[in-house]
Amino acid sequence: MELTWTLPNAVAGVMVLSLNAYVLLGGADFGGGVWDLFARGKARDEQRAVIAEAIGPIWEANHVWLILVVVLLFGCFPKAFAHLATELHVPITLMLLGIVLRGSAFTFRTYDSKADVVQRRWGRIFSVASVATPIVLGMCLGAVSSGAVSTSRVATAVGFPARYIMPWLASPFAWSVGTFTLVLFAYLAATYLTVEAPTHPLREIFRRRAMQSGVLLLLVALVTIVGAWREAPILARGLTQGRVALGMHAVTAIAAVTAFRALWMRQYQLARLAAAAQASFILWGWAWSQFPWLLPPNQSITSLAAPRITLQLTLGVLAVGTLILLPSFVYLFRIFKSGTTAFDGVKEATP
Amino acid sequence: MAMNDLLFARSQMAMSLAFHIVFAVIGIGMPVLMLIAEWRWYRTRDKTFLELAKRWAKGTAIMFAVGAVSGTVLSFELGLLWPKFMEHAGAVIGMPFSLEGFAFFTEAIFLGIYLYGWKRIAPIAHLLAGAVVAISGTLSGAFVVCANAWMNAPTGFRMANGEMTDIDPLAAMLNAAAPAEVIHMTIAAFAATGFAVAGVHAFALLRGTPHRAFHRAALQVALIMAIPAAMLQPLAGDFSARGVAERQPVKLAAMEGHLRTGPASLMLGGWLDPETLTHRGAIEIPGALSLLLHGDRNASVAGLDAVPPSDRPPVTIVHIAFQIMVTCGMLMAAVGLWTIVRAWRRRRGFGAPLPDDRGFLRAILLTSPLGFVALEAGWTVTEVGRQPWIMQGVMRTAEAVTPMPGLVVSFVVFSLLYVGLAITVLFLLWRQILKTGVGGPSPLTMTSELSITMMTPTAVFPTVGD
Ligand code: HDD
Ligand code: HEM
Ligand code: HEM
Repeated sequence: MELTWTLPNAVAGVMVLSLNAYVLLGGADFGGGVWDLFARGKARDEQRAVIAEAIGPIWEANHVWLILVVVLLFGCFPKAFAHLATELHVPITLMLLGIVLRGSAFTFRTYDSKADVVQRRWGRIFSVASVATPIVLGMCLGAVSSGAVSTSRVATAVGFPARYIMPWLASPFAWSVGTFTLVLFAYLAATYLTVEAPTHPLREIFRRRAMQSGVLLLLVALVTIVGAWREAPILARGLTQGRVALGMHAVTAIAAVTAFRALWMRQYQLARLAAAAQASFILWGWAWSQFPWLLPPNQSITSLAAPRITLQLTLGVLAVGTLILLPSFVYLFRIFKSGTTAFDGVKEATP
Repeated sequence: MAMNDLLFARSQMAMSLAFHIVFAVIGIGMPVLMLIAEWRWYRTRDKTFLELAKRWAKGTAIMFAVGAVSGTVLSFELGLLWPKFMEHAGAVIGMPFSLEGFAFFTEAIFLGIYLYGWKRIAPIAHLLAGAVVAISGTLSGAFVVCANAWMNAPTGFRMANGEMTDIDPLAAMLNAAAPAEVIHMTIAAFAATGFAVAGVHAFALLRGTPHRAFHRAALQVALIMAIPAAMLQPLAGDFSARGVAERQPVKLAAMEGHLRTGPASLMLGGWLDPETLTHRGAIEIPGALSLLLHGDRNASVAGLDAVPPSDRPPVTIVHIAFQIMVTCGMLMAAVGLWTIVRAWRRRRGFGAPLPDDRGFLRAILLTSPLGFVALEAGWTVTEVGRQPWIMQGVMRTAEAVTPMPGLVVSFVVFSLLYVGLAITVLFLLWRQILKTGVGGPSPLTMTSELSITMMTPTAVFPTVGD
């Protein structure tokens, strides 16, 4: 019977893990778009080139992590999925729009080199979508955490705006989480880009950006915590009380200071690692604070979980899948890190 | 619930799936083509086949990416449009979707190896990587189709007080409709992709090209995949139809335009009137359907009138779509058979070589879109024929739709989205073709500068480490 408690939480843990990967990988792609928007001055085009280099066209493979979250949500917490997809229909649609538009616009800007005006227009769409999508993603998470779209609140809402628009749009807390998400993504991207940038002046630009957004991140974090006290008491309590919360804050702070110091000392590899750790700790801190609620304030992870057999099978699939995927990944890396081009197929073919 | 909202929800779902399925099917078919080409290079060391595999791989990467984007949209749409359905069904059929996720992931990794590993791994390892891409692509499709089959033949649960209990996700995934649907769908992917690709290269040969050897090789490989698939497909379709007759007699009645219960004829063409249950202008083969299904011309077959009007699907659409599919299928099989006969005769010394025969090339060109037409028509049959049920006999589509009003906005937004995506793809393909130029230098030196970095290790894993 204990299993009925552990299984749902195990799946939820995998979902946070997957979200973590999405923040670190997909988040940085969005952040790249933000810096594209802010690219100024003489080195503008060079900055954009570095950013474009770091992002893949049409489809950033990194969205796979988001899909994994969605699939796990509808397979293992179908009631939560149905509820969220209904109440957050509008922002989710906006988010999808952002994801697709962003990818398409990026493709056009990259490959359509004919007219400068047209290119600029695509560039505009690309960067606007890069800014808007993380905000909406964050707002959705904020609305869930604060219970703005909880089952009890929704039941009392009358009329379209009251039910489908206001809970997320009119909530300062949702906005602050949205802003936080955006700044976090931008910060991650800037830190990663210090490593990717090929020249010293470019590295300096992204270093400055990383430090600026790092400071901004701290400020927005404070605003968000204040907002949480007003709108998301469960989260706020979780964030500030208990030894684990304090521990989380401590490791986050250590990571943040390390990242900042490394940026200052121009140790970019270390800065990237520390910034990634910082973002991960923030995410896990959020998950921990909200635990055990999936839809605060009244629906827990266990109460919304699918029957046991479904969870067991899903975890089994995850385990077997990982057993196949991990060696595949290792193989992929070995091939590309080794750098050999010993097997030049065409050359071999010539007798 | 306004009736219009339901209509818009259905249209949006249909549009999204009709879009996704094109890229999904290409994602299943193309890796097999690449594999055949590479295998031939491996055996013969003929560089033409190597270049072919490389070119096809590049196009596949674009298609793969669009398949993934449209799939992402779909997985959200299941909840955005049909939350009540997902609330109940999620726990039962979530598993095939997670399996698909992993199959897709495997496909992505090995496609990355395939695309960028030409010079880095031994030829046999590269060939095997291609095999993994092909197998995981096929599995990807098979898993989701199992979920769809479950909507036609729901099992693996018990309904109690409006809740599903005693859930058995394995039984649900391996439902009675799954084998027929998976087989028919997978063959459809090979037939549709094969003929479409054959058409492109037949066109190049017809127009005249400096790279005849290249396009001949391509045509040959494409037909090697397309023809067996096209000839098997009517058999697989017959298998599907028998299953439908058993589990969804009303769908079968709608497909065949069999309006009244009793001995059934085959109805070809004509117009149906669902109100009065009458036909106009159809060619009728008396007793043929009874004979096909039961081996007896007088056997009774349930007609549309077996259920009350509120339980009947839109019969006209289903009937027309079914006939379109079968017509396309028969034409494709016939062209396949004719090609085999021609090739055999040529071997005995009669007639011109096939790639020089303009009549043959024109026939291939005309056949090339039919696979995709049949594919869309077939899905229309399956999905519209299941109406008014979202899960046959268990839940109605109207019960499943989201309570959110104003779905027309969502429909318009998503329509624009798909138009945008479609334009993106056409643009990229056009560029790809332009770059590699029909009149350009030798095809063996041309490489598109379209850098597809999406699957390089750094794109998947750009953070920590290195
Ligand atoms: C290349 C594409 C293609 C071709 C040539 C055919 N079909 Fe098909 N058909 C499909 C592609 C398809 C499909 C799109 O893939 C469907 C939709 C669902 C499925 O399982 O396959 C389908 C469904 C489908 C169904 C409904 C299954 C269900 O509702 O569960 C039947 C009865 C047939 N087909 C029968 C046939 C027959 C008798 C054909 C004879 C030539 C034929 N199909 C050719
Ligand atoms: C795994 C695969 C699929 C799933 C889970 C699925 C699910 C659904 C759902 C939930 C609906 C809306 C409810 C309904 O109308 O019954 C629907 C409708 C529809 N789908 Fe599918 N579908 C799948 C594959 C496809 C594909 C590949 C097509 C391709 C063309 C397609 C075409 C349609 C059409 C035309 C409708 C509208 C039917 C109508 O409302 O009259 N489906 N499908
Ligand atoms: C409701 C129905 C469907 C949903 C929700 C869906 C979802 C998805 C998703 C999310 C992806 C991207 C994979 C990932 O990133 O994890 C994908 C890709 C794919 N889907 Fe679907 N899909 C549906 C219907 C279908 C159908 C009917 C087929 C039939 C053959 C299919 C075949 C594929 C294939 C082969 C891919 C791999 C991508 C490619 O090769 O282009 N899907 N799908």
